[in-house]
Amino acid sequence: MGVEIQIEGLTKSFGKQLIWGDVTLTVPAGEICVMLGPSGTGKSVLLKTLIGLLKPDRGSVVIEGVDITACRERELYEIRKLFGVLFQDGAMFGSMNLYDNVAFPLREHTRKSESEIRSIVMEKMDLVGLLGAEDKLPGEISGGMRKRAGLARALVLDPEIVLFDEPDSGLDPVRTSFLNQLIVDLNAQIDATFLIVTHDINTARTVPDNIGLLYHRHLAMFGPREMLLSSEEPVVRQFLNAQTIGPIGMSEEKDADELEAERERGVELPPLPPIPLQLEPSNGIPRRSQRPPGDWCRENGVIPPSGSFEQNMTMSTGG
Amino acid sequence: MADLTASRALAPIGTAGKLFAFALDVVRGIFRRPFQFREFVQQAWFIASVTIIPTALVAIPFGAVIALQVGGLIKQFGAQSFTGSASVLAVVREAGPIATSLLIAGAAGSAIAADLGARKIREELDAMMVLGIDPIQRLVVPRVLACMLVAVFLNGLVSVVGVAGGYVFNVVLQGGTPGAYIASFTALAQLPDLYQGMAKALVFGLIAAIVASYKGMNAGGGPKGVGDAVNESVVVTFMLLFVVNFVMSAIYFQLVPPKTG
Repeated sequence: MGVEIQIEGLTKSFGKQLIWGDVTLTVPAGEICVMLGPSGTGKSVLLKTLIGLLKPDRGSVVIEGVDITACRERELYEIRKLFGVLFQDGAMFGSMNLYDNVAFPLREHTRKSESEIRSIVMEKMDLVGLLGAEDKLPGEISGGMRKRAGLARALVLDPEIVLFDEPDSGLDPVRTSFLNQLIVDLNAQIDATFLIVTHDINTARTVPDNIGLLYHRHLAMFGPREMLLSSEEPVVRQFLNAQTIGPIGMSEEKDADELEAERERGVELPPLPPIPLQLEPSNGIPRRSQRPPGDWCRENGVIPPSGSFEQNMTMSTGG
Repeated sequence: MADLTASRALAPIGTAGKLFAFALDVVRGIFRRPFQFREFVQQAWFIASVTIIPTALVAIPFGAVIALQVGGLIKQFGAQSFTGSASVLAVVREAGPIATSLLIAGAAGSAIAADLGARKIREELDAMMVLGIDPIQRLVVPRVLACMLVAVFLNGLVSVVGVAGGYVFNVVLQGGTPGAYIASFTALAQLPDLYQGMAKALVFGLIAAIVASYKGMNAGGGPKGVGDAVNESVVVTFMLLFVVNFVMSAIYFQLVPPKTG
């Protein structure tokens, strides 16, 4: 049914360098969330903190009433069984073939017979389109296949929370679209809570129910997709529309005087592009957490940019 | 500034503490069920396969050098009949454990550090933890136990090959009498010498595997990090093993009086 993740006042630094401070948000149960941010803002660190691989300096992460930043190791290993995590490179065990990799969690955690395991593994391999590649070793297949195999392994224990660490990195646009469709279909099927860390704005604009943006060592904004896509906040606006004009520079952030100069020159942010329709499950039946297009805008009296929510609109962003 | 200096000066103590904490985790993991028997057998086989031949090849010249040194010296004393006993004593008490430690640290330790380091940077260890499996129990404990087992056997191998090498050099090259060499075996050496060699090998295997696992699991920063981890693990293990060898020898001489007569 999906499980809620409550993050409160989370702060993490490596040595003296603050990664992000005071991150507070609730990832709603059963919904798809995307966490965005420029490169090097600690998105992956956030993900690792959520599963207790890294300890934050302050703050709490509460899942099913257990604070995983402060609980005992044994409890942590129990809580982690709720999770399925897709790592950046799939993180397949190099010494096992794909079949054994996907079967690994089942063999370790359940008392299922080999024939039951076989049927589950084959079902998940089919889901990610890897039937026929079971006997390959992770070293023998492409990065995209490794990623899909990693997804199959993450799903094999029927997780309540699925975390994706940059599912689109290193994939071509077509495979990325397929993967996005797969994510939406999976969410419709298993109703788990999905959290995707990425910097691909196409994914961010079309897949999630909620978007969060990490910037300048804090959580700049977190909320429904339409709220962020129609937001006038400069950082959010610049990032979600992939523009060069705005507070984010090539290095971590632009100098104050550079920003000042930009303002004096009277550089205006280009108009917001229309909000695209959300990706729907391929069987056409809406997901439980899905809201009709434009719902949030109407509720909050926000007028979406013209041309929003039209079928077959161009996917192009930037300008 | 003073803060920075203090933190730099104290850093090695912190590392030593972390290594010790890791060792405690491993010891705790040994008693946690289920025991990974399959991994243990595989690792024991693997470690044996990378160490047996180099160990045997190192042991031959080790025994030969001792035979040459002791043989020459003992001739000057006019005590040729004790050549065998001196070489047995040297090989079983010291050369065995030392050669074992070199091979365990150099071959087995580096292999373990490289393997775990590669798993670490490929995020396999993270993935394992996320799948609810403790890598210390699943990967490190079987390796540590396998390393200890193989170290004990290697010690036996070095003793046998070393003594045999000494025999060949003494009898063939130095013209010693085979009978005298073998007859004097038990003149100075005693059974506890053999036990202490095995105890040393057991401890060396433990230390080498724990240091290698610790360094491997804490590798960072891409492929270069793995290389650094392997390098550090071999150097640290060498230093630790030589110190521990000295300490254990000193304790042994306090506990077991040398045989007279």
